[in-house]
Amino acid sequence: MDHSFEIRKHVRTYIAVFVALLALTIVTVAISYLHLEVRAAVTVALIVAVIKGGLVASYFMHLISEKKIIYASLLLTIVFFAALMWLPIFTTSDPIMYNNVP
Amino acid sequence: MSDPHSRAAAGHSAQTHGTDGRHKEDFLRKYVFSNDHKVIGIQYGITSLIFLLFGFTLMMMMRWQLAYPEQPIPAMRFALPFGLVGLIVLAFSRLRPGIHMVVGMAILLMGWLVYWLATNDEMMPGGIMLPEFYNSLGAMHGTIMVFLGVVPLAVGAFGNYVMPLQIGAPDMAFPKLNMISYWVYFVGGVVMLSSFFVPGGAANSGWTSYPPLSDIATTGQTAWLIGMVFLITSSLLGSVNFIVTIIQLRAKGLAFMRLPFFVWAQFVTAFLLLLAFPPLEAAGILQLMDRLAGTSFFLPSGLVVSGELLPNTGGGSPLLWQHLFWFLAHPEVYVLILPAMGIIAEIIANNTRKPLWGYKSLVYAAAFLGFMSFIVWAHHMFLTGMGTSISSFFQTTTMIISIPSVIILSALLISLHGGSIRFNSAMLFALAFLPMFGIGGLTGLPLGLSSSDIALHDTYYVIGHFHYVVAPGTIFALFAGIYYWFPKVTGRILNERLGKVHFWGSFVCMNVIFFPMLIQGLAGVSRRLYDGGSQYAHALGVLYLNEWMSVGAWAMALFQVVFVVNLFLSLRKGEAAAQNHWQATTLDWSATPTPPVAHGNFARVPEVFRGPYEYSVPGAAADFTPQNQPL
Amino acid sequence: MEIPYTVDARPDTGLYNAKLGIWLFLASEVMLFGALFTSYILLRVGAPVWPRGSEILNVPLATINTVVLISSSITMVMSWASLKMKDFKKYRVFMGLTFLLGVAFLVIKSFEYGAKFEHHLFPSNNTFFAIYFTLTGLHGLHVIGGMIVNAYFWGPGSRMWKTDPERFTNRVEVAGLYWHFVDLVWIFLFPVLYLL
Repeated sequence: MDHSFEIRKHVRTYIAVFVALLALTIVTVAISYLHLEVRAAVTVALIVAVIKGGLVASYFMHLISEKKIIYASLLLTIVFFAALMWLPIFTTSDPIMYNNVP
Repeated sequence: MSDPHSRAAAGHSAQTHGTDGRHKEDFLRKYVFSNDHKVIGIQYGITSLIFLLFGFTLMMMMRWQLAYPEQPIPAMRFALPFGLVGLIVLAFSRLRPGIHMVVGMAILLMGWLVYWLATNDEMMPGGIMLPEFYNSLGAMHGTIMVFLGVVPLAVGAFGNYVMPLQIGAPDMAFPKLNMISYWVYFVGGVVMLSSFFVPGGAANSGWTSYPPLSDIATTGQTAWLIGMVFLITSSLLGSVNFIVTIIQLRAKGLAFMRLPFFVWAQFVTAFLLLLAFPPLEAAGILQLMDRLAGTSFFLPSGLVVSGELLPNTGGGSPLLWQHLFWFLAHPEVYVLILPAMGIIAEIIANNTRKPLWGYKSLVYAAAFLGFMSFIVWAHHMFLTGMGTSISSFFQTTTMIISIPSVIILSALLISLHGGSIRFNSAMLFALAFLPMFGIGGLTGLPLGLSSSDIALHDTYYVIGHFHYVVAPGTIFALFAGIYYWFPKVTGRILNERLGKVHFWGSFVCMNVIFFPMLIQGLAGVSRRLYDGGSQYAHALGVLYLNEWMSVGAWAMALFQVVFVVNLFLSLRKGEAAAQNHWQATTLDWSATPTPPVAHGNFARVPEVFRGPYEYSVPGAAADFTPQNQPL
Repeated sequence: MEIPYTVDARPDTGLYNAKLGIWLFLASEVMLFGALFTSYILLRVGAPVWPRGSEILNVPLATINTVVLISSSITMVMSWASLKMKDFKKYRVFMGLTFLLGVAFLVIKSFEYGAKFEHHLFPSNNTFFAIYFTLTGLHGLHVIGGMIVNAYFWGPGSRMWKTDPERFTNRVEVAGLYWHFVDLVWIFLFPVLYLL
């Protein structure tokens, strides 16, 4: 059970994270104006999004100090999510009979 | 006092009402919107058994068309069994409100629905089945059996009722959520059934709903999609409940490696449901958008329907649906088999009076199986033009996943060795499960290898394969479970003689129905053919099997009547069961009264001192040592 | 009969039931939105042409919405922190702000959608709009769901603070986890749809 004092320390963290999130939002919009080539644009955008998401998850959702079972369940989820996201793309990458290879 | 609910109620009123402040509950809160996992488990059980019966009847109608194509169906002959069984059950009810009355009326209603379908001029003019209606029956048979029948029975009924008892928990972690899960399932089921009444009839694009066909199919497909959204939601809420309950509410001393294998099986199954279903929900939303909002998620450009260019925007991918669908549907088949393996494990340990052989292997195999099930799905898509690299990947993972299945089957088989076997009805079904699942599993191998799959994909071989696993596989396990746990739930024993008739009849019929499918498939007969293949020269030599299989199916139905009669007869007049009728070691038998205490399950919260299968321990007084017996 | 570990954590797992429950639910939501993102990728990769989001969609409005949601996340976590510090009044202020920021998000979104519909831009126009409306629409539904829960905990549900303050605090924490997740999804949605 967290005591009041510890919560107040957390509050300072929350505010810091909030400021970081605002800054990163500005960054991600600014970069988009550079009109980078698709692959670079995607990479940069995803990196920024992962950082922002990571901050929300780690500090607002307290994931950074969570219990093992939660980490295990989320790890399992990430693995399956990755499989869902990547494997279908590979089904189009060395096709037998596609005419419009992307 | 034979009605299980009044027994439970008596137990309740015998308890002081100080513990939970509950006083008299009205009928609705006690039987309809109960938060008690046992009541909810029974609700799931009754509902799913009725859906199983209905799905089976749809198939029996299809088998008429296959055996006697273009001949008018004798509608009465199909509806009459429902009427008969419904009236028998109602007779048992003595027209007083209770389970018998509800079930009896539901069966009569179903019989009326069957009669209405069989005499409906739009689907069956002159009693002769239209091809579109055959397709509807096929799609709905698959959907109902999988999503409204087997999974709710295996997980919703058995899981809900037995698992908290086996872990020493007073109820599920989230009782209200449990109640909601059941009613969302019920609504989903009603939506599914209602699709028979919309213009154009029920969904007719297979249980797999492949676009582009499903995108442009009749209204029933929309009802199917909406029904699926409800069913998936119910499943998700339930799976959260199961996982939290197993992790958080285990009794003192019940470490994970002391859990009965049934609980491990439900645990892995719950993770499969939790993580595999959402992509199908997403796909369902996309297909609804295609059908209702004019999008083209799954419709390619330039699609021509009935000679006309479809006026949609195009740019979609039918393969996208297949990926999303099979991402769920492959883990789904392990959802179908894992609880069954769990049930069989309990019954084998108990009826051999020996610990299970290889408990640790069973547990690790089940977990590995669950994990692998997420990365094999495209073996259902070998013929979609994927390149050889990715096909090899999926073929390899598919071959790997057969290993844990073999480990589980072998462990269960080896467990029989040296056992002091009791051949009661539950054990007979459990024993038959082993070779039947063996056939099912082995016939899967040529399907998992992409080269042989080229010849076998979408043939009757596939239907034979998966029915062997689900029908004399899972459904036999579910029957076994009913014979095994009926005494715990009701305080009465199912009649053994009727049980053996049910078993032998079902066992023979299952093989008469499904083995010829393997033969027809190898001959090249495609599945989902309204005329059973009669238009193809390569099918002519095996067409005669259609009639055999149909007769087998109808005979199978007769043996299920024996089962239904046994259920309701025993409920009223069955021999009373002792508290631990099977002399089992697990908490569901050893630590609770029969039936269990209404609220809280246990008169005293149990503590666990040993593993789940301490049978025939050398030096022990009895041939079983319950988990909660003090050291 | 009491269900154990509803409020207090179970010693070996360190969790109370609802916290494990909500994380599992969020895992399933990751798979749900993940499937939609997968669909986006497959459709875009398979398409001969694909518009640049920034050219068709309203980036300024969406940026404001991003700030709105991030702000609502901090007010949400502050509402929980207030309860932890036993300050019910502050809780109500922060939870109220969270709800209002949710309203702001939806209002801005309705302007966005409205403008699209006025220009006859519907999901049926092309695959880009189809996935745009579906992704943001489903996200919007999740926002509405979260707002209903938050409103309940601001209003009638807050009565539990008097009878069982720890349990109420846990409930707000659980609601907060859901709300942060909704923010998290938007953090990915925004660049993917609007900027790339």
